[in-house]
Amino acid sequence: MENINILVEKELRDILKKYDYPRSAILPMLHFIQKKYGSISKKDVEIIADLIGINPTEIESVLSFYSMFNTGSSAKYIIYACSNISCEFKGAGEIITFLENRLHIKVGQTTGDGKFALRTVECLAACSHSPVIQINDIYYEHMTIEKMEKIISEMEK
Amino acid sequence: MDEKIILKYTDIPEQKNIDTYIKNGGYKALQRALSEYKPDEIIHLVDKSGLRGRGGAGFPTGKKWSFIPQNIPLPKYLVCNTDEGEPGTFKDREIIEGDPHLVIEGIAISSYAIGAHKAYIYIRGEFAKGAEILTRAINQAKEKGFIGENILGLGFDFDIDVYRGAGAYICGEETALLDSIEGKRAMPRLKPPHPVAKGLYSSPTVINNVETLANVPRIIENSAEWFAGIGTPHSTGTKIFCISGDVNNPGVYEVPMGTPLKELLEMAGGIKDGKKLKAFFPGGPSTPILTSAHLNVGMDFESLKKIGSMLGSGAIIVLDEDRSIIKTVARLTEFYRNESCGKCSPCREGTDWLLKVYQRIIDNKGKKEDIDLLLNICEDIYGTTFCPLGDAATMPVISSIKYFRKEYEEYINGKCSNINN
Ligand SMILES: Cc1cc2nc3c(=O)[nH]c(=O)nc-3n(C[C@H](O)[C@H](O)[C@H](O)COP(=O)(O)O)c2cc1C
Ligand code: SF4
Ligand code: FES
Repeated sequence: MENINILVEKELRDILKKYDYPRSAILPMLHFIQKKYGSISKKDVEIIADLIGINPTEIESVLSFYSMFNTGSSAKYIIYACSNISCEFKGAGEIITFLENRLHIKVGQTTGDGKFALRTVECLAACSHSPVIQINDIYYEHMTIEKMEKIISEMEK
Repeated sequence: MDEKIILKYTDIPEQKNIDTYIKNGGYKALQRALSEYKPDEIIHLVDKSGLRGRGGAGFPTGKKWSFIPQNIPLPKYLVCNTDEGEPGTFKDREIIEGDPHLVIEGIAISSYAIGAHKAYIYIRGEFAKGAEILTRAINQAKEKGFIGENILGLGFDFDIDVYRGAGAYICGEETALLDSIEGKRAMPRLKPPHPVAKGLYSSPTVINNVETLANVPRIIENSAEWFAGIGTPHSTGTKIFCISGDVNNPGVYEVPMGTPLKELLEMAGGIKDGKKLKAFFPGGPSTPILTSAHLNVGMDFESLKKIGSMLGSGAIIVLDEDRSIIKTVARLTEFYRNESCGKCSPCREGTDWLLKVYQRIIDNKGKKEDIDLLLNICEDIYGTTFCPLGDAATMPVISSIKYFRKEYEEYINGKCSNINN
């Protein structure tokens, strides 16, 4: 465990070195932690604050401003369903209802086994391929209920 | 007629690779810029081309660059705005994923012109793939000596960093973007000072949109006159329009500025299911909605302004005859409510009130007075907010009531025929 922390700290230090202004390393560090652990813990925030030399509440304040960062427990697959109008016109609403029924959760919730979380998001800048779903880092375009079912059952395995 | 300037090669998958890019004439403009022109000559050239910003406001690019003070001992920065968050807009993603080196070359030339040795590509957090493609392209460009110290042996030192956002539409606003890079909550700054005087880390900074910067190598390659000869006298060059909504072939369409909307709709395969056009946003929801009466409008800065709208980001969102104006505008109002950064109360509270009134109307509890109430709230927001997001939130509301007041009245009276769409 200790070793892992030392390694992570080294990588965080490398990120910090890239920037002439230490605070500019905050977002890249948060991205790094989230990619590695899926979410950002209080402890992570303290480590980052320490490295940058500011109060942890300042990191919290930045962290909470952005919608992409997860704190607390995180699902293995976070499903972001675009619900802005170009996707809505092409049936995003039906896909979202399907997902709610299929996963037995409402938008904003996580399944009991921690596997899936469902969120709606604003335009993902892929409207010509609508409806668009993002799962973790990947875009799935021209979504249909059939395609969605296939993806979910694949991920359930 | 092949009028494509920016999307000329984006359909070729290998275009992402530097060798293909170079084979197709890439990085010649950078070589030429550094060896044949002084920085101020490039600014002059871009000014003469008439290039105007493609990020929304249409500010003349050469003019913006000329505001960068040259005789002060501060570093200068260039920031490429890749936050692309205006609903219906997806052109910048196409450009960076399809032809990343074109953007990098544009950034390099523009940085040379303003005397910046460091550039940031600020890319929205969701574009993980785009960030990866750009990072790979930057590494290739470094290996070939197009980025780094003493580029091409021509004495210019230059570096680019890809900086990822993390989900906040407001980061597209240029001063909020700067705060984001500075590791703060991304809230717009008071202007003046403008970023050209006091921008990133309090240094002179130029912020330009991806599409704007991608035009720069083409201007160097061809000429300012060539560029100025495309489009209309005050909106030169081509524009990439993002067509989405109720059309048969949604997508990006690059055409000369001034192309009539009608032609663009035809290029996009016409309205879906043989239906009729009801309304469209010409440049994203932040631009006033227009109707089928405006089919012949030329898609350029002046023509749209003349009829009370704007070119915005070039996101044409199409609504067919059966679409509910009220539900559409309600959803957009929710967007602005969600994305308001909360810094000033007219925007923070106003967008929330607007949404509450829309919600009431949609729930069939609307009152006749609600239409004027919506307009009154807009009046309180418009012109009173810290950044243009507040004004933008009023655009779909005011314009939709202007053209579709009857539909609002019918909806409220429970007589609307397309209440379910
Ligand atoms: C709320 C808001 C969001 C914006 N989002 C973007 C954006 O995503 N991309 C962009 O290039 N410009 C955006 N802009 C405009 C920028 O503030 C700025 O004007 C632009 O990047 C300048 O580049 P240009 O001169 O090349 O157009 C936004 C403005 C506002 C008020
Ligand atoms: S207008 Fe809205 S987004 Fe802009 S600063 Fe005010 S609260 Fe923030
Ligand atoms: S509206 Fe869904 S990607 Fe743009």
